[in-house]
Amino acid sequence: MSVIKSLRMNFAVWIKWIFGKKRARIGIYGPPNAGKTTLANRIVKDWSGMDIGGISNVPHETRRAMRTDGVVINSNGSSVELDIVDTPGMATKIDFREFMAYGLEEEEAKRRAKEATEGVIEAIKWLEDLDGILLVMDSTEDPYTQVNVTVVGNMEARKLPLLIVANKMDLPKASPSRIKAAFPQHPLVPISALEGSNIDELYSAIARHFG
Amino acid sequence: MMREVQMDLISAERLETMSSMEKIRLILNKVKRGNIVVLELGLTPEEEVKLIEMTMTEIRLDEFSGIEIESYPVKSESTFLNKILGKSGVKTRMTVIGPANQLRTVEKDKYQISTKVSVGD
Repeated sequence: MSVIKSLRMNFAVWIKWIFGKKRARIGIYGPPNAGKTTLANRIVKDWSGMDIGGISNVPHETRRAMRTDGVVINSNGSSVELDIVDTPGMATKIDFREFMAYGLEEEEAKRRAKEATEGVIEAIKWLEDLDGILLVMDSTEDPYTQVNVTVVGNMEARKLPLLIVANKMDLPKASPSRIKAAFPQHPLVPISALEGSNIDELYSAIARHFG
Repeated sequence: MMREVQMDLISAERLETMSSMEKIRLILNKVKRGNIVVLELGLTPEEEVKLIEMTMTEIRLDEFSGIEIESYPVKSESTFLNKILGKSGVKTRMTVIGPANQLRTVEKDKYQISTKVSVGD
C-alpha cells in the first residue's frame, strides 16, 4: 500500500474521530454458505422492515453485492446509521461440477459458476470502499480457511474495524471457541442469524464498534 | 506410469526482488501448469486478495477451476515509526499454493498446514 494512500486513510480515521462520524458503510463478508445474506436480511428487516436477498443451501446464491442504505441501529443508548453491503461469498476456486451435485443442470451450473467468479471479484472491489466489516463464519466449520485469513489480514492492514460473527449457533457442532482461538485479537459475537438468538448482543457490538 | 508433480519452493530472497504483479503472475503461471508452489515468505494480505481476483479472471470451466492457497495469519510488527507513518508492519509467512483440483488441505492451525496432493489420471 502506498504511503499516500495510507496517510489518506489515517486522515479519514482522524476526521471520523474528531467529528464523531456516526454513519458507516459496512460490508458483510465470509465464505459461501456462512449465512451472510440470512444475517443481512435479519439486520435490515429488524431495523427497516425490508428483505434484501434470497437464500438457499446452494453455494454462491448471492452473486452480486446488494446494498441497503440508511439502516439505523439503536442499542444501549448508542446509535449508528449503516449502509450495509451484502457481498457474494469469497472463494479461491469455483468448479461448476460442485453446483451439479446440488441438482443443477450443466448449463445452469456453468452459468452460476461464471457469475460466481464475477461475484468474488465484486466482493474484493468493495473492500476499497468500506468503513468496517462483519466477517461471518460458520461456527461448525474449521475457522482457518484462507478466505477468513485473507479478509482478517486485509482489515488489519487497512486498520479498519472488524467484528467476527460466529454464525449457526443453532447447530449442535457449533464451536465459537475455535474461532476465538484462531483470531483472538478481534471481537466475536456468537449468534444464529436463522433463529435470531443473541442478535441483540450483535446489535450492541455493532453500535459500539462502528458508531 | 507414475505421474509426477513438480514442487517449486521459492526463496524469500527471490520474492523480495519481485513486484506484487510479478509474484502473482509467477504463481498463476506455475499453478496453471499443475505445479505446487511454496513461498518461503508469503504474500501480503493485499497481494493475497489480488491473487484471488486474478485467479477468478482466469478460471475456465473445463481447464482451470482455481487455486488452493493456504497461509498462516499474518503477524503484525508494531513499531513507533510504523504507527506514525500509518504503516501496517505486516510480516508475511510461509504459503503453499496449488491447483484446486490437485491440492487439498487436510488440516490447518496456527503452527502447521497439512495438505494432500493428488496426481490425477
